[in-house]
Amino acid sequence: MKKFDKERALLAIAAPVLAVIGALIVTALVLLATGKEPFTAFHVMINYGDKTDSQVYILNKATTYYLAGLAVAVGFRMNLFNIGVDGQYRLAAFFAAAVGGAMSIPGIIQVPLIILTAMVVGAVWAAIAGVLKVTRGVSEVISTIMLNSIAGIVIGYFLQDGRLGVLDKNANMVSTKPIPSGSHLFNFSTGGGAVDGFIVLAVVAGVLYWFGLNRTRFGFDLRAVGRSQSAAEASGVSVKRMVITSMLISGALAGLVGMPTLLNESYDYGTDFPVGIGFTGIAVALLGRNNPVGIAVGAVLWAFLDRAANGLEFEGYDQELVGVIQGVIVLAVVIAYELVRRYGLTRQQRQVGAELAAAAAHKQEVTA
Amino acid sequence: MDHRRGECAINASTSPPAPAPSGAPAVELRGITKRFPGVVANHDIDITVRSGTVHALVGENGAGKSTLMKILYGMQKPDEGTIAINGEQVDFHDPGDAIARGIGMVHQHFMLADNLTVLENVVLGSEKLHGIGGRARAAIREISDAYGLGVRPDALVEDLGVADRQRVEILKVLYRGARILILDEPTAVLVPQEVDALFDNLRGLKSEGLTVIFISHKLGEVLSVADEITVIRRGTTVGSADPRGTTTKQLAELMVGSELPSPETRESTVTTEPLLTVQGLRLAGTDADGIERIVLDEVGFTIHKGEVLGIAGVEGNGQAELVEAIMGMRRPDAGTVVLDGRDISRAPTRQRREDGIGYIPEDRHRHGLLLEAPLWENRILGHVTERPNSKGFLIDPGAARRDTERIVQEYDVRTPGIEVTAASLSGGNQQKLIVGREMSHLPKLLIAAHPTRGVDVGAQAQIWDQIREARREGLAVLLISADLDELIGLSDTLRVMYRGRLVADADPATITPEELGSAMTGAASGHLEHDGIEDR
Ligand SMILES: Nc1ncnc2c1ncn2[C@@H]1O[C@H](COP(=O)(O)OP(=O)(O)OP(=O)(O)O)[C@@H](O)[C@H]1O
Ligand SMILES: [Mg+2]
Repeated sequence: MKKFDKERALLAIAAPVLAVIGALIVTALVLLATGKEPFTAFHVMINYGDKTDSQVYILNKATTYYLAGLAVAVGFRMNLFNIGVDGQYRLAAFFAAAVGGAMSIPGIIQVPLIILTAMVVGAVWAAIAGVLKVTRGVSEVISTIMLNSIAGIVIGYFLQDGRLGVLDKNANMVSTKPIPSGSHLFNFSTGGGAVDGFIVLAVVAGVLYWFGLNRTRFGFDLRAVGRSQSAAEASGVSVKRMVITSMLISGALAGLVGMPTLLNESYDYGTDFPVGIGFTGIAVALLGRNNPVGIAVGAVLWAFLDRAANGLEFEGYDQELVGVIQGVIVLAVVIAYELVRRYGLTRQQRQVGAELAAAAAHKQEVTA
Repeated sequence: MDHRRGECAINASTSPPAPAPSGAPAVELRGITKRFPGVVANHDIDITVRSGTVHALVGENGAGKSTLMKILYGMQKPDEGTIAINGEQVDFHDPGDAIARGIGMVHQHFMLADNLTVLENVVLGSEKLHGIGGRARAAIREISDAYGLGVRPDALVEDLGVADRQRVEILKVLYRGARILILDEPTAVLVPQEVDALFDNLRGLKSEGLTVIFISHKLGEVLSVADEITVIRRGTTVGSADPRGTTTKQLAELMVGSELPSPETRESTVTTEPLLTVQGLRLAGTDADGIERIVLDEVGFTIHKGEVLGIAGVEGNGQAELVEAIMGMRRPDAGTVVLDGRDISRAPTRQRREDGIGYIPEDRHRHGLLLEAPLWENRILGHVTERPNSKGFLIDPGAARRDTERIVQEYDVRTPGIEVTAASLSGGNQQKLIVGREMSHLPKLLIAAHPTRGVDVGAQAQIWDQIREARREGLAVLLISADLDELIGLSDTLRVMYRGRLVADADPATITPEELGSAMTGAASGHLEHDGIEDR
């Protein structure tokens, strides 16, 4: 039985590995078609991504991707497609930055306060979609897409000189008032740069995600709704309340996405604050199959590819190549998971058949 | 292989079905083997179905009947073996191939799209036949009338009860003009009149040269309609029986090796302590045609501790809504529900369950199980806040797993393990799991809708015994069933429900299934016997 489980674990890893290999093959074909030599390109990517400063960059990037992946995955676990993580984290980071810049109290209080602000804003923004869904039956896919652009407009309105923004004359850029240095989050300095201290909180979030979903009553109810709404309802779950609650949680997690950048790197929210991480989160959650460890692997892979894109640019390749790889990976993952699942099933069936045949043969010998 | 058949054949007449006298048999299955992880569902099965006959397939839960039929219908691929249709060997890749060969199947668990109308469901995949509009609607009406199915083409499937959905499934197959019909427990939730109507139609179809393969656990039905019977046990054919010379008792013995059970229960355990009092329950709803309809009309009754109240009625007369109102899944417009002295009219479903209501739903796939989840998670479903499933706010997977093992043992759920998904259990075994789960929490009140639906005769007896035993301990039961023998045999009090009202009552000690059956059509009201208690 033990051996059985080990093989199953191997099968679980097989899918993403297959997907990545498949993606590399497709990319190689693309490169060949454009008349370039694929292996040097891969070589460049790996070398560049392997440098120590690259490693730090990848870890920091992966931290934000990871949080975004978790936020999306919470929705996925109950069949909600929260496309709005992008708007949620940006709005959350913006107001958190504004709150942080406006205060100057000891960091030990202020940092948690900033994080809390971000989570609340993210949660509220996501809950709007939840409320619309249960009261008006609006699909969360549509409402969250709308809310994304509304978030952009809200930020654009407040991020102006004289409102919540400050104009930096030299850079000709508007940003919120910087957070006082007493409220910067700790980090781990290494030879290749500083690793964001927020990575610790991301790990905690991952553990809580796993624990909350798999070990608590609430998590059981949430997953039940994801599997069968009618059966969950009959079992005593209020599906409407669950939709809103899970959107609140998803949004609160989304609120954390901008925090590593805000508390460890930029210390303010400016026009150059990273965008689009929410969409990366969807890919990462898919890649990791909503599993906290899987999401981590997906996040690191994605960050590595981002980094490798820079290396390719230096060497005169098209940076878009990485975009192709990323896209193909997502497609390949979906296919690979299905292939591996089917293979696992037939393999098990063959095993069972063989065991039974052996048992039958044995029995015949005995009776003979 | 041979020794297997040998050990099962002690009480079986192993002579294979006689080959068709003339012409090729409609269906010939040879050496079919199908394995699933942990079980062999079919093991070297041979069956010959002659053209123009009704061929019944019987066997205990998990024997492999549905699997075999899914193979014939192209839904599953056999690991070994061959299929021949009308003498021609075929190789099906999907149901489309089977349909093209004139095979149609009504599944044990319905395969309808909930959010589409009946019309849309029927034409789905066979749009070429009569289009998707008026012509199709007319064709559906025509078939529905011809077979007395009473199907409304524009009703939303979501709003239909199990019996209605079963009729839609049957109609769908007829619509496609199948020449070989596979019916997997088509009568499980139909009341006797409906069964009779269906059987008349089957005989009609047969005379038109159609072939019917029929699976059922109701052995009386099998004997009355079948020309040939094949018995399957543990995945292989153990024998065949001639319906003319066989009794239900013999058939049961052939199937499960035990005697036919009877739900008789004459010792009364009814107390005077009311456990559930329902008063003035009213619910209005709009039906598919947009017409306002009273679904529950001033429904009121009391169930005492130790009493089984049976509700007879053709499905769709408000039974499902009544159950959902008591469970808190549907808010009635008026009325009160009092459980054991406490008014729970406004309590949410979870609280009602915690207060001691056990629930065996009529549609196990929709309301009773998480098909994609392992058995032990299904054991938690509906009782997540109770022991042994959780401690405080945390799930206790270890205890839940151990208790699932116990249920599997005690309720004889045939499964390779508790980590397999609920979907991989046979229909009857899914039902046993649900019954085991609900009984494990020692409910005060059990709401049992078709509690033995799809369960083989052996397990049926066990479930009845369990209900009787719990009743002796003071369990109150609200029983809804299409099986009138079950209803009369188990109930202490009987009510007839018609068009949302409790129109008549009867004494189960004296009433016959025939009398009850005719009362269900609305033909009678008040008290159905000369002596006894007054209506309400
Ligand atoms: N998809 C599946 N995956 C794994 N095992 C399965 C699957 N479908 C059926 N089985 C197993 O195959 C065996 C036969 O199941 P099947 O549904 O054919 O039984 P059945 O004779 O129709 O029983 P019932 O009378 O309860 O409907 C059972 O042990 C069941 O657990
Ligand atoms: Mg079956």
